[in-house]
Amino acid sequence: MAVDTTPQSPVAGSAAGGGRAPRRPLTLPSGSVITTFLVLFLVVASVAVEGFASTRNAGFLLLDVVVIALIALPLTLIVVTGEIDLSVASTVGLSSAVMGKLWFAGLPLETIIPVVLVLGGVLGAVNGLLVTRLGLPSLAVTIGTLAFYRGLAFVVLGDQAVADFPRAWTTWAISGIGATGVPVVVVPLLVLVAITAVALHATPIGRSLYAMGNSEDAARFSGIDVARTKFWLFVAAGVISALGGVYWTLRYGSARADNATGLELQVVAAILLGGVSIFGGSGGLLGVLAGALLLASVRNALQLVNVPADVLNIVTGALLIVAVVAPQVTAELRRRRPRGRPAAA
Amino acid sequence: MSSFLTGRRLRGGLTGVAVAALVLTTAACGGTTRGEEESSGSGTDGAAASADPNAEIPSGLAVAFLPKQVNNPYFDVAAAGADAAVSEIEGEFTQTGPSEASASSQVSYINTLTQQGSDVILTSANDPNAICSALDQARSAGAAVVTFDSDTSPDCRDLFVNQATAEGIAQSQVDIMAEQIGGAGQVAILSATANATNQNAWIELMEQYAAEQYPEMEIVATVYGDDEDEKSFQETQGLLQTYPELEGIISPTTVGIAAAARYLSGSEYKGRVALTGLGTPNQLREYVEDGTVQAFALWNPEELGYLAAHAGAALAAGRITGQEGETFEAGELGEYTIGADGVVVLGEPTVFTADNIGEFDF
Repeated sequence: MAVDTTPQSPVAGSAAGGGRAPRRPLTLPSGSVITTFLVLFLVVASVAVEGFASTRNAGFLLLDVVVIALIALPLTLIVVTGEIDLSVASTVGLSSAVMGKLWFAGLPLETIIPVVLVLGGVLGAVNGLLVTRLGLPSLAVTIGTLAFYRGLAFVVLGDQAVADFPRAWTTWAISGIGATGVPVVVVPLLVLVAITAVALHATPIGRSLYAMGNSEDAARFSGIDVARTKFWLFVAAGVISALGGVYWTLRYGSARADNATGLELQVVAAILLGGVSIFGGSGGLLGVLAGALLLASVRNALQLVNVPADVLNIVTGALLIVAVVAPQVTAELRRRRPRGRPAAA
Repeated sequence: MSSFLTGRRLRGGLTGVAVAALVLTTAACGGTTRGEEESSGSGTDGAAASADPNAEIPSGLAVAFLPKQVNNPYFDVAAAGADAAVSEIEGEFTQTGPSEASASSQVSYINTLTQQGSDVILTSANDPNAICSALDQARSAGAAVVTFDSDTSPDCRDLFVNQATAEGIAQSQVDIMAEQIGGAGQVAILSATANATNQNAWIELMEQYAAEQYPEMEIVATVYGDDEDEKSFQETQGLLQTYPELEGIISPTTVGIAAAARYLSGSEYKGRVALTGLGTPNQLREYVEDGTVQAFALWNPEELGYLAAHAGAALAAGRITGQEGETFEAGELGEYTIGADGVVVLGEPTVFTADNIGEFDF
């Protein structure tokens, strides 16, 4: 039923029992490459950039990463299966707009937040149904819902902003743990990271995601319910994006329809930079988190040395191209070499 | 079997994630609704240090200019003005800012300025609230914050330099029109949208002022071009057909005045029907040169940036604290007095004519 979204056939290792023991090529290497790069960058920036290595700056930097890292969690799983969800930032915007509208109408935040999370689940389910039931390519579906959800956000709130959220909540959203500068929201984020990491790297579900990404047919033959799994991944992406919308609204203290416009590209950038293959089947969560942190750190450090915004965009764009091109080039080189050994043991 | 298991486990896991998220986000108290906890102000000032009007402005003040977005001609002109003021006080001027004008995009730039230890931050806010907490942090780190062009909530900054008052904007346009039509005759207004708050306030003030000052001048209609070029163009056409005796059109919106000028310059009414309003020199240059428009108004963004920088320097030096009634010197522009809510008004809009339009590029 679902169309074959992985045109490139598995080259090596798709032996008879394909999917039984899915390869995890490059998972560790790619993650560790980017992590090493991140550590090197942090060391160099701490020495070379005045004001980079301080608790306050660490707090600023982490606050910029939180929503990107949060949404990257479910999106990484989706990309590993060979799909994509580009509507996540519009879901953030629509959640923010609905949150503002309901708050303005006098509902308590304790009611609004669950409602918004359910809304996120519904938005994700729409993506999931279109992809798994109608067999449409997720790229096309979520480009459509990217525009559609953002449009709905403007229907809900127009160009108004709702901003009178309680100060206790908005200061909580940016407050740090004691004097460390580390934002308190990093704690719930880490809990979600741990859950996702265990699910992806230490459970049959996680292995089935890689199997789908490598060969959907093989995964299906080995008994994995591909459609159902993907459906729930899209729902998860919707719920988490809605959570991101709630947090975004509180962090900036302003509910707006245009909140987080373009954020999907930053999330996808972090995922690709983190070594996850856009064709699915490989990559790991460690690399993604390192990718998100690296992008934010580079921006932060360059801002501190007064590099203008346009140049910043060029630098992050170039980083991304390198990150995407490098594995392709090395893979191509390896293929040309006469019968090298397979990638991973 | 295995697929069923996968699905169920997955669903269980996802529910777990959702529940965890829910619990974490709703961990606060029960039933927080709008209006029950009105912000009682951050209370940062209040017992503010008293001003010393004779304090020295320290040399080398780090003054940062943070517009809504970079590469915007209007803000580039304002930055040039701020830069000029900063060199007068021997400070260090930097311009920074996001490439897109979204509500949140300014926050990381403000954070960077906080981290760099800026003494003065001059900013035009994309959103009145989204940058508040970042500005609070900047102020507690010692920066003086002056907003210009677009204000934040008053408790997030020290001063707001307002480009013009509604009265000033309304009166200057009516005066320009009266001068061109000899103070008498039918005049129409081409506005933006019917519910644009600032437009409606200006129009009301224009009608009052015209009735008092120029009783022979009659405002016969107000039409709405919705700030769309095409619609404004058509509305202009409609006005001229409906009111054959029309002497002039006032369009207090940059889109409207440009569309009206384009229509007039290609019609038989060119030079017969006066046109004025709020526009930018670059937009209207050709129509001033071909005689369609004799004069129009807008505040001068260069002076706006210049005044904001001087205000910031006076704050950083301790000459003023932002309280109503304090005064400070703003270089060539002279002395300014702080009004209610920490607002400083630049003054009358600048009037652009064929004589001076060549001096402006924005």
